[in-house]
Amino acid sequence: MITDRFEVPSRLRTTGIVLLLIGVLALVGGFATLLPGAEHDQARFWTVLLQNSVFFLFVSAASIFIQAAAGLAQGGWIVAYRRVPEAIGANVWVFGLIALIVLFSIVFGLGEHNPIYHWVHPHGDKVLEGKSSFLNKGMFAGFSIVTVGLWSWFGIKFRSMSLAQDRAPRNSTKIYWKMVAMSGAFLFVYALSMMSTTPWYWIMSIDAHWYSTLFSWYVFASSFVSGMALILLWTVYLKNRGNLEFVTKEHMHDLGKFMFAFSIFWTYLWFAQFMLIWYANIPEETTYFKIRMQGPYAFFFWANLILNFVLPILILMARPSKRNYFTIVFMAMTIIFGHWIDFYVMTMPGPLQQHWHLDWYELGIVCGFIGIMILTVSKTLAKADLVPVNNPFLKETLIHIS
Amino acid sequence: MAVKKFAVACYDDEAVLFPAVDKVRNSGYKLHDVYTPFPVHGLDVALGQKETDLHIAGFCYGITGTATALGFMSWIFTKDWSINYGGKPFFALPAFIPITFELTVMFAAVGMVLTYCYLNQIMPGVKKHIFHPRQTDDLFVIVMEITDPASEGEIVDFLKTTGAIETDVQVAEEGWWYGWWHKEEKYQNQKQLA
Repeated sequence: MITDRFEVPSRLRTTGIVLLLIGVLALVGGFATLLPGAEHDQARFWTVLLQNSVFFLFVSAASIFIQAAAGLAQGGWIVAYRRVPEAIGANVWVFGLIALIVLFSIVFGLGEHNPIYHWVHPHGDKVLEGKSSFLNKGMFAGFSIVTVGLWSWFGIKFRSMSLAQDRAPRNSTKIYWKMVAMSGAFLFVYALSMMSTTPWYWIMSIDAHWYSTLFSWYVFASSFVSGMALILLWTVYLKNRGNLEFVTKEHMHDLGKFMFAFSIFWTYLWFAQFMLIWYANIPEETTYFKIRMQGPYAFFFWANLILNFVLPILILMARPSKRNYFTIVFMAMTIIFGHWIDFYVMTMPGPLQQHWHLDWYELGIVCGFIGIMILTVSKTLAKADLVPVNNPFLKETLIHIS
Repeated sequence: MAVKKFAVACYDDEAVLFPAVDKVRNSGYKLHDVYTPFPVHGLDVALGQKETDLHIAGFCYGITGTATALGFMSWIFTKDWSINYGGKPFFALPAFIPITFELTVMFAAVGMVLTYCYLNQIMPGVKKHIFHPRQTDDLFVIVMEITDPASEGEIVDFLKTTGAIETDVQVAEEGWWYGWWHKEEKYQNQKQLA
């Protein structure tokens, strides 16, 4: 019988608490100085919260997706460290709750003149009135609550089923087959939420006049690749603590391949969206890229491409770099930061125009969210054994060669 | 194109093959090759073969494709035959990207296939000596080169101790040749032996 318990080290807990306190301080500071200020200061206060809560929710929800995808495909490679995506997935409800609070405050709490979601009060705007049967408060609230509810439920369910499988009699596969069925159900839910409605409502509707039909795939690619990077960071951290002894370079190589492949996939979708708009050159579509490419956001626009395409393709292409702990950890951090910048470029230009900031408030709020991530996930990880001892794929994952 | 003398040993089990490969490598006799009916995992490691550089070649081919596509299109649309397409700039980089991508993939793919064929000496029309008809069916075959005629019996005896179910000494063409099946080879061997 293999056992492997993780105890939250006091240093990690202190780091988490300090980061969370920085976030709370930034929030209080923003509440005191930005909210009573000019209109773009108010918009900044809410947009930063929107960007971070949605980003962290999407990234952690990607952990449920990879469990479901690997579960349905009966992949053995992930089983060695599947407690990590399980622990991240089981805490989706925390980020979901925060995202719901922020989104509902923006939609319902900002009165007549909404600085972020212009569609809340279309007042004579023909385009927005035409979209109002889909873009309205009721539909927004309904889709958001159903999505966050289902993600949270599936995240908790996957973990509890996996733990139940450990307690089940040896060689019993009843719960395992239930997990396969649930994986299929989750993929259906995820396809209808992450790959269509939620990015439309939460992010694309910031630029309510503009639309892109593959926007949701693009957001999915962004969150999936950073989700894999997040799983990798936690796994390497646990390994450095002396846990997860049987997780080897072979398993890290798999995650490295995912980070590499989905960085390219992200670029593919990003470019497909960009090139069609560039080629057709229709004013209502090009406004989205005008402010980002030629306006005040040009730096972030190109930084986004360099961080998320040029660095991954050059650094992660070679096999040895995917099997080196330093390069994959470095690239995982780069990718998470790069996609945070990607979400920044998606959300900020609409409400803020040229009044962009990357300052104490933005960085403080990120710290807060990282603190929440560290505290919740480490607490969940410590609750159960790190080896899924009764998983039918345990042997396959131990001898796995990527 | 040299005709040489080979000692051939056949094995019917992977579990016997791996220790035999180890013994053969440590024996000091010259190993020619090992033939298996299917890819055997770990055999390349057991044989001490270094990892292939095919992917580096692939990267070079890919870069060549990228450079060819970008260079050629830039030259056509800015210098050779500039045409105004819908008010786009002559150097319309986004429009070049899909073609650049395709050419990168094509150069890398075709180049790697050809390099692979060259490295493994496989091509339509290329023939090689088959040491045992069952080497593509159900037998693992280790082939040793007999460099010193005096040691022929010694090597065969040694191969028998490694668990071979069948041993044999053959005179055969070492490399590859173009042609139809075995005819040319038999003719050559007979000439060499005589």
